[in-house]
Amino acid sequence: MKSVVDSWKSIVMAAALAGAAGAALAEEGGAHSQPKPPRQEWSFAGAFGHYDNAQLRRGYKVYKEVCSSCHSISRLAFRNFAEKGGPEISEAEAKALAESYKIKDGPNDAGDYFERPGRLSDRVPPPFPNEQAARAALNGAYPPDMSVLAKARGYSRGFPLFLADALPGFSYQEHGVDYIVALLTGYVDAPQGVELAPGQYYNLYMPGRRTGMPPPLSDGAVTYDDGTPQTAAQYAKDVSAFLMWAAEPHLEERKSIGLKVVGFLIVLSFLVYFTKRKIWANVHH
Amino acid sequence: MSNATKAEPNRRDILFLATGAAATVAAGAAVWPLIAQMNPDASTLALASTELDISAIPEGQIVTVKWRGKPVFVRHRTKQEIEAAQNVPLAELPDPQADSARVKKPEWLVVVGVCTHLGCIPTGHEGEFHGWFCPCHGSTYDTSGRIRSGPAPSNLEVPDYAFLSDTKIKIG
Amino acid sequence: MTGHSTYTPKSGFARWLERRLPILGFIHESFVAYPVPKNLNYLWTFGAILSFMLVAQIVTGIVLAMHYTPETTLAFDSIEHIMRDVNWGWALRYAHANGASMFFLAVYIHIFRGMYYGSYKEPREVLWILGVVIFMLMMATGFLGYVLPWGQMSFWAATVITNLFTAIPYVGNSITTWLLGGYSVDNATLNRFFALHYLLPFVIVAIVGLHVWALHVTGQNNPTGVEVKDIEKETVPFTPYATLKDAVGLVVFVGLFAWLTFFVPNYTGHPDNYIEANPLVTPPHIVPEWYFLPFYAILRAIPNKLIGVIALFASILIVAALPWLDTSKVRSGVYRPAFKKFYWVFVFVAVGLGYLGAQPAEGVYLIAARILMAYYFLHFLVVLPLLGKYEQTLPEPRSIAASLGEAATPEEKPHA
Repeated sequence: MKSVVDSWKSIVMAAALAGAAGAALAEEGGAHSQPKPPRQEWSFAGAFGHYDNAQLRRGYKVYKEVCSSCHSISRLAFRNFAEKGGPEISEAEAKALAESYKIKDGPNDAGDYFERPGRLSDRVPPPFPNEQAARAALNGAYPPDMSVLAKARGYSRGFPLFLADALPGFSYQEHGVDYIVALLTGYVDAPQGVELAPGQYYNLYMPGRRTGMPPPLSDGAVTYDDGTPQTAAQYAKDVSAFLMWAAEPHLEERKSIGLKVVGFLIVLSFLVYFTKRKIWANVHH
Repeated sequence: MSNATKAEPNRRDILFLATGAAATVAAGAAVWPLIAQMNPDASTLALASTELDISAIPEGQIVTVKWRGKPVFVRHRTKQEIEAAQNVPLAELPDPQADSARVKKPEWLVVVGVCTHLGCIPTGHEGEFHGWFCPCHGSTYDTSGRIRSGPAPSNLEVPDYAFLSDTKIKIG
Repeated sequence: MTGHSTYTPKSGFARWLERRLPILGFIHESFVAYPVPKNLNYLWTFGAILSFMLVAQIVTGIVLAMHYTPETTLAFDSIEHIMRDVNWGWALRYAHANGASMFFLAVYIHIFRGMYYGSYKEPREVLWILGVVIFMLMMATGFLGYVLPWGQMSFWAATVITNLFTAIPYVGNSITTWLLGGYSVDNATLNRFFALHYLLPFVIVAIVGLHVWALHVTGQNNPTGVEVKDIEKETVPFTPYATLKDAVGLVVFVGLFAWLTFFVPNYTGHPDNYIEANPLVTPPHIVPEWYFLPFYAILRAIPNKLIGVIALFASILIVAALPWLDTSKVRSGVYRPAFKKFYWVFVFVAVGLGYLGAQPAEGVYLIAARILMAYYFLHFLVVLPLLGKYEQTLPEPRSIAASLGEAATPEEKPHA
């Protein structure tokens, strides 16, 4: 028994040592890094999280009216909009949405490529046919596809907070969306002594703090018909939520199945444990 | 006393039974996704319907469109072909079915172009009945796509389809 | 595994089969009647947990291979196809990706358990070395698998790791070109990595077979480190005793696995791997998966390319030499007070190297990594050999039974 106590003492000491060393290192590393994006409230965070359908619909509107002129979202299909755990518009509405887009198709019997109205099975068409076309039109910049952007961005909260990010009850998995909100609202005037090339903007959250993307959102730019405030901050939140859904369309299903799986495993662990105790009851160990 | 000794193994058995049952359920639930993943995925299911403009198909022609990876024959039948299909006594057919039960409009026959014998694609306007002839094992179909001779057991399948307008059909 | 069988077939069919292929008897001997020391703690359940993880990874992997396309222009798309469109695809891929993390977590616990209780010591050296071989195969498989999604981290991990071989004098470049099937990581590389990622797990299964065979020859070590002296009194049959204890450990472990898969599935991953591979742009911080970080820190700690690569491989291979580096006559760390302290320092050093492997290789991080790396090798090459000679150990119990406070049997039979 004493040896166990000794072991634990050693573990605690080692952990304390590691903590102190880690904190010292984190401070050193903090001086030249980016500011941490502020943490937002999200309906889809946590073990019981689910998307806010109305927010996703608003977010899509912002994407459509603002982002889509430069950014593609080509892994998203129109059928997805009607699926459970998404914006959940009706199938007829999704069909109408698809038909509002022109899709390149072909070749037809005459060997020509042609445009036709979209169908549910089509994916959202990109603004530029290829990377070169985008760069030619946008002063050399190539706006990334937004399909998995919310999972392709993130930041580390550093030691020891990154450990808490995985814990039940404390879990924090929204680094990507928080980063996107921060970026969209992170434009400020360049500090003195920072020279920006023409067509460049200063953004606190962009690596290197320079970006070719003009500040995309301004108050009142997109009309909401559900009474939600039409502010840049609200737009940023809504479009980020939409991007989270685009990146992780099965999030709701994942979390609800996860609850059942973990709940069942807890019951099973008790059953197996008591069975084991019964079996071992006659063994001195 | 005897009650207690009896109750003890009983409770034990229930515990073992419950654990075994729960473990079995867990294993079954874990296996299900491994099996279900082989079903058609969402993008395949989304393509399950095909739309076709039939205004450009002249009388007597057969157009083949792909639906779920299989050919579907859309045949603009002539007067003679319609009559030939309608006037066959059902008793003569290996798989009796009236022509009217196989078409929505008499001029238009829509069938899955897969021989019901072993899955080959029959050729149109061929064979004794000028419907289809299967090159693999010699099954012949009439102008209603019904089996008339050869090893195939049944008529060419009629898929789910609908006229969206006079010139447009949706298969699936 | 050895000796005559105590198995008596019950049914007529079993008797018929047993005369022709004694597989039922073999299973009975190995997994039912096999005697297990009764004082094993829950750290000993990780063998069963690892077997489960190996099977889980193979099963989910085979299923994912039905939907994955190993071609540079389609690989990333096919992963997203799995995540979005395939039935249960998201669950299977997250389970496979997090399964790799859980597999390594379990193998590290298994290794550190062996180190603490001296499970590598005579007569279990071959068992230990086979374990190190499995660990290295796991690392190779994990690395190959990480390349397959063809994200930025995949691509640059493949580039950096294959470039390790350019450090070999004279033939390094030719070897790397041969490994890649070209002059850079490209389609040929992705294709062969997929083929090898599919192959290696089955090689692991074979080596695990040898590992279990070797285990069943020597019998299990136990927390006291004293060999079983009385099979009757000191062991229990594998089934139902060990199987149920293993089941308890397994269910708890799978619960953790499920939490990771369903609620924080991208926690152990890196956001950059959701950006499709771009051979023209390297991400600002490239980091391997967490289970490679200690070794990665060692590689970067050394400013010379060749020596860095040698140190990396040496840091893994040195583990295989443990049976000869640890000179102590006392097997279990429980009776070695000084060893115990050094053991926990070593654990701290290994975890610390892992932390440093994720930090930029500069400034204090680099200095810290060098100090910890030096200690890592010192532990094996100096601390363990000397400890065995000079350490004041506590008296070991005469037997497992004695350690449990049971009266010793008058005639202690040696373990057959």
